[in-house]
Amino acid sequence: MWTRKDMLGLNDLTKEEILQILTLANEMKPIIDNRALSTNSLKDTSIVSLFYENSTRTKMSFALASKYLGATFSDLGINTSSVAKGESLIDTGVTLDQMGTDIIIMRHGMTGAPHILAKNVKASVVSGGDGTNEHPTQGLLDLFTIMESKKNFEGLKVAIIGDIMHSRVARSNIFGLTKLGAKVVLSGPTTLVSKGLEVLGAEVNNNVKAAVKDADVVMGLRVQLERQKGGMFPDLREYAQLFGVDKKVLDLAKEDALLMHPGPVNRGVELTSEIIDGKQSAINIQVKNGVAVRMALLTLLAQARKI
Amino acid sequence: MKLLIKNGRIINPATKKDQIQDLYVEEGIITQIEDTIDKKDVQIIDANNCWVVPGLIDVHVHLREPGYEYKETIASGSRSAAKGGFTTICPMPNTNPVVDNEILVEYILLKAEKQAVINVLPVGAITKGQKGEELANIGKMKEAGICAISEDGRSVLNASLLKKAMIYSKMFDLPILSHCEDDSLAGSGSMNAGETATILGLKGIPDEAEEIIVARDIMLAEKTGAKLHICHVSTAGSVEIIKRAKEKNIHVTAEVTPHHFTLTEEAVKGFDANAKMNPPLRTKKDVEIMKSALKDGTIDIIATDHAPHHIDEKNCEFEKAANGIVGFETSVALTITELVDKGFLTPMEMIEKMSYNPAKLIGIDKGNLDIGKVADITIIDPEKVYKVDASTFLSKSKNTPFDGREVKGQVKYTIVNGVIKYQL
Repeated sequence: MWTRKDMLGLNDLTKEEILQILTLANEMKPIIDNRALSTNSLKDTSIVSLFYENSTRTKMSFALASKYLGATFSDLGINTSSVAKGESLIDTGVTLDQMGTDIIIMRHGMTGAPHILAKNVKASVVSGGDGTNEHPTQGLLDLFTIMESKKNFEGLKVAIIGDIMHSRVARSNIFGLTKLGAKVVLSGPTTLVSKGLEVLGAEVNNNVKAAVKDADVVMGLRVQLERQKGGMFPDLREYAQLFGVDKKVLDLAKEDALLMHPGPVNRGVELTSEIIDGKQSAINIQVKNGVAVRMALLTLLAQARKI
Repeated sequence: MKLLIKNGRIINPATKKDQIQDLYVEEGIITQIEDTIDKKDVQIIDANNCWVVPGLIDVHVHLREPGYEYKETIASGSRSAAKGGFTTICPMPNTNPVVDNEILVEYILLKAEKQAVINVLPVGAITKGQKGEELANIGKMKEAGICAISEDGRSVLNASLLKKAMIYSKMFDLPILSHCEDDSLAGSGSMNAGETATILGLKGIPDEAEEIIVARDIMLAEKTGAKLHICHVSTAGSVEIIKRAKEKNIHVTAEVTPHHFTLTEEAVKGFDANAKMNPPLRTKKDVEIMKSALKDGTIDIIATDHAPHHIDEKNCEFEKAANGIVGFETSVALTITELVDKGFLTPMEMIEKMSYNPAKLIGIDKGNLDIGKVADITIIDPEKVYKVDASTFLSKSKNTPFDGREVKGQVKYTIVNGVIKYQL
């Protein structure tokens, strides 16, 4: 039975809760291609997205997941709202509460912002990514994609390559994967992947080839150009050549290894086009699965509100 | 005004005397200390089972006036301090405008004269507007009555300018209270860099952001002979650097805040902005080192860094929240609970670090309960156990991570110039 009011991060969830979402996502997935299967189970649910940072896929994925379930979905455009007039996060949240919002989907540039909102509103708060903390629904869709392909997690080796230090996607994956019994190896330049990250339960190996060797899943992360300006690495050319994943590196992984990336991809930097469009790539499947896990999550949160 | 304090345990670090006696105050001056004093027609305080100590002195506080009166004022801050047992406080200059000239010093002193209940001795800025570009009017501010200079809230990052400030301030016998923080290393961190930050996904402030400036300032103090005081030491590494400097007889003193010897970075879990401060709460190891450094004398002073903030500045996104906590009304209790009760400090050493040493640092004839001295006196019940209740604070702000915490030790009276300014 799902009882949680908010979804703030995978670090808070139990293994059972994660599996409950993934199982329901599996049931939801056929609705995406065949809308006639939808029972409009969330027709009484009002969902609002509150994104303080830009987003294409996360916001659209939540919007469509809501609509496929019959919910009312509204987006509060930050730039055209009172937030642009300096309204505080809590005041904005309380205002949405008063209008009868059941679920607020929030993205914010600061770590912990959804946690503060959750404490101050009656609505359920779903994090769509907070600062350098977590991006729980991306983590869930990645787990779901891995489960579809590999059936279970026990004993899997998942290599995550790139800017781990600033990646909320990586962190949600680490929390989720380790709970489910997979082994996670992190790799990339030492300035972005430090030994200190091992407290999260993953292994750190700064040699990308060693990290990828015999992996069941290879996950690339987007390299942000501003990290170069921050002195984290010299330039994209050096990054691509020393830490990028190409066909030769991917071939070190298991033959049936899955290639993943949360998008948007810098083609030719963290991954080469050849493998992005190759047969091992699950990047497009990830996008579709994102809608399925969000449908599952919204369903569970809406049910819990009725108890 | 005549006041007789009977049967108190008089603890005076200046004379190293610690005995139960009576103390008599006439016209604001301590005139008699005897085993038994009997007077008629005078106000009598029964200090049985209490400590009678020289009024506490806090060399690091923020009264927020002028500019941020919604957080605190000289009037409210001084009342909060009196409740905490302080008779003299030194407000930092990072107000709006910054206290960088004699006119603002005079404004604060005038306000304090009219509205404060205890002694207020302002600290002047080191540079104009605390911008780190040109020296503030250090000499004129000294004439007006500052007790020290400080860039608190930040460091003077230009080492050459700081060196000149050290050479210049020496001429006026002003200590430099140094907030040690290298901006480039601290970056946009909002808590200690370490395991908890990694787990929470918050950017961290590493130890070396503090230590590199502690080391730099000590080197400059050695060269210039300036009177350097390191504010709110928070890392084991800083303690190590200060210890070595003292061994070399470099003129350096140091302070620690009650929160840095009581709490660790773990307090941030749950994104509680009342645990957000600068320097940040560090690790268990650092807390242990703070306590032993107080014990062995590497750290000379306990200061609160009283930093009031409005609730809206704390009840918000953690990374956006203001740094600091209110400290006056929990300082004595935390010191007794964490240091005296646990054997790190004797009551005498505690009072040395909260009154005698601060007085010495800023060069005032206080922190001494001897005959002929001004009667700034604090009376403390060291055995009283209770729970901190932020709603009863006299400070305008209630931002404390200690609300609800069980503590021991309570201020019963605060006496300034022989007049009772606070009574429980």
